[in-house]
Amino acid sequence: MTAQADTKLEADVVVIGGGPAGCWAALTAAEQGARVVVVEKGYVGTSGATAAGNTTIIDAAPGSVAQFEALERRRARGAGLVEEDIVTRVLDETHRQLDRLTDWGYGFPTSDNGLLFRGSMRGVDYLYFMRRKLLKAGVTILDHAPADTLLAHDGAAAGVSGWWRGSGERWTVHAGAVVIASGGCAFLSGALGTHNLTGDGYLMAAELGARLAGMDFTGQYGIAPKGSSVTKGIVYFWATLFDADGNRIEETGDRQEIVARHLLRGPVRAVLDKAPERLREGMRHGQPNIFLPFDRQGIDPFTQPFEVTLLYEGTVRGVGGILIGQDGATDLPGLYAAGDAAAREPMSGATSGGGGPNASWALATGVWAGGGAARFARSLGPLATRRPARAATETLGTNVAHADARAEIAGIIRAVQDEVLPLDRSFYRSGARLAVSARRLDDLWQAVRRFDGRLPGQEKAHEAAAMTATARWIVASAQARPESRGIHRREDATSTGEPPRRIHSGGLGRVWSRWSHVTDRPPLESLAAE
Amino acid sequence: MIELLSATRCIACNLCVKACPDHVFEAVENSIPVIARKEDCQTCFLCELYCPVDALYVSPLRDRDEPVSEADLADRGLLGSFRQRMGWDRARPKGTHRDTSYRMFEDDKVKP
Ligand SMILES: Cc1cc2nc3c(=O)[nH]c(=O)nc-3n(C[C@H](O)[C@H](O)[C@H](O)COP(=O)(O)OP(=O)(O)OC[C@H]3O[C@@H](n4cnc5c(N)ncnc54)[C@H](O)[C@@H]3O)c2cc1C
Ligand code: SF4
Ligand code: SF4
Repeated sequence: MTAQADTKLEADVVVIGGGPAGCWAALTAAEQGARVVVVEKGYVGTSGATAAGNTTIIDAAPGSVAQFEALERRRARGAGLVEEDIVTRVLDETHRQLDRLTDWGYGFPTSDNGLLFRGSMRGVDYLYFMRRKLLKAGVTILDHAPADTLLAHDGAAAGVSGWWRGSGERWTVHAGAVVIASGGCAFLSGALGTHNLTGDGYLMAAELGARLAGMDFTGQYGIAPKGSSVTKGIVYFWATLFDADGNRIEETGDRQEIVARHLLRGPVRAVLDKAPERLREGMRHGQPNIFLPFDRQGIDPFTQPFEVTLLYEGTVRGVGGILIGQDGATDLPGLYAAGDAAAREPMSGATSGGGGPNASWALATGVWAGGGAARFARSLGPLATRRPARAATETLGTNVAHADARAEIAGIIRAVQDEVLPLDRSFYRSGARLAVSARRLDDLWQAVRRFDGRLPGQEKAHEAAAMTATARWIVASAQARPESRGIHRREDATSTGEPPRRIHSGGLGRVWSRWSHVTDRPPLESLAAE
Repeated sequence: MIELLSATRCIACNLCVKACPDHVFEAVENSIPVIARKEDCQTCFLCELYCPVDALYVSPLRDRDEPVSEADLADRGLLGSFRQRMGWDRARPKGTHRDTSYRMFEDDKVKP
């Protein structure tokens, strides 16, 4: 669909965001007979964290040794917060859908042992395929159509509205149920594929009263050649690293952590000299984008050391998001969440789920949320889209024109970034610094609320507000965990033997965060009352 | 960031306008599109895949301008280099099955 003035649509299920989670949600709902609309800030096929990169995914059959090993690895890395039954369900669902992709003729490569290899997909090829699949299933796609406001009826989600990037005109979709699949939040750090991932879905869900979880586990960064966007950390498994004095770094352990430690003292360089020739070839033909920063600057990364840096990835490869139950249901009737938009704690625990778990989680929760949303919409009966739905919030926007709005909003975004992006804010945290950030972010929230994304020159106001709100939940959640665990690293508190607990958060005017039990989450099925 | 939209190569199909996730290009009636919002470019290189005639060049520098000349890029074989490696052809993925990423998992160093 292309931009039209004041578009009004009706659907059983509307999906916000067309990355893998949104695509699987839309496809699943459509297969159950629902009328589905996907609204996408960018373009379904190129937008989001998967599209721009390659996506390692866990291909492990139910009951297989591979699945058992994958589960063990999750458990080992999750610092007590992984839920085995959910990991198993995610892996089972992923395997089932990879089988369907195979049946549909997706071009999985054959490895040298003659077997299909389904453990990694090129994001842009995968999403091209999914887009075509959606169109064939009759799904309506709105590209370049960012969502900014949920519609509600009687406490239930009843649709969503937003604007066309081209014309600035508004669109509205009245729907029986809403799936938030708008990805995570990387605060415009420059990490690959994250420019549209500004936490918009978190803000919309919180405006309706949904809880978030795992926002404490957000100390997530990706290694990239300095000055580039290419945060493809996998290649550094075969790297030798050098510190500021040119000495070889001999430490072993988490690569991000080693790089972070040394970056605080000066430049860090890497060379991919440990990759054997066969692998070099494999990387070149498999994931050509790894080499763009090198080839285009005339560097041979296998022999010539190059400077590296860390770019913040937040909840994209980290953990936090909207709290969901097993069918993707949030706290609100009719509102579902999937992928990076949903809290990934049950799958990844306290550690980043990079390299496989995230892609599997996006796929599985997408399927569940799409199915749950279709069932919910069906339970409402045929008049679902005729409910008198109203904008879920008036929080945003005072509808005032500001002369320098563009510059002021850019200034707010920079100030929020200052509280989140630096290594001494999110990689290493301390109670004292968190307290300062909390105060500054409270002020920034007041500042950002003066703008209205619907006015010319203020188009980035909603993203700015979403990032401000997300930063506040991150800081509040980090303050609530006075221990180091996983990717929450406190300089003023070591890892404790404390029993693992989760931290929930939420609220806009007043942000809250509190301990909760592992099993405190929305009920399995939250169908509307008959 | 995106640095080149070649007027000599471009056939005004507007696929880049459609496919860029960050709405960087703007269509122009009866003409070729323009790079209208370079500051929003996320350096994802994906527009190069969708351009059927290799008229686009994305510099790998994400936070700095890099002045380029079309002749020089063509000489260095950089126009369409990413598209060719990925096996895309006329805005369609044709190289999916030639992905050799599996070699990264052969020595059991990386386990998902
Ligand atoms: C460089 C990199 C490499 C990675 N590699 C791996 C890997 O190998 N294996 C792995 O498991 N994980 C990996 N990840 C993580 C993985 O990419 C994500 O977990 C995955 O993309 C999540 O899918 P998603 O659909 O939830 O979000 P995304 O793929 O990010 O999609 C979200 C979509 O929502 C859209 N959107 C955002 N806001 C709005 C709005 N307001 N209105 C409408 N639409 C909106 C966005 O434009 C985007 O298209 C990697 C991440 C990065 C950054
Ligand atoms: S590199 Fe990506 S963001 Fe930049 S113009 Fe091309 S498609 Fe758009
Ligand atoms: S995709 Fe290529 S040919 Fe088509 S309009 Fe853009 S630059 Fe021109």
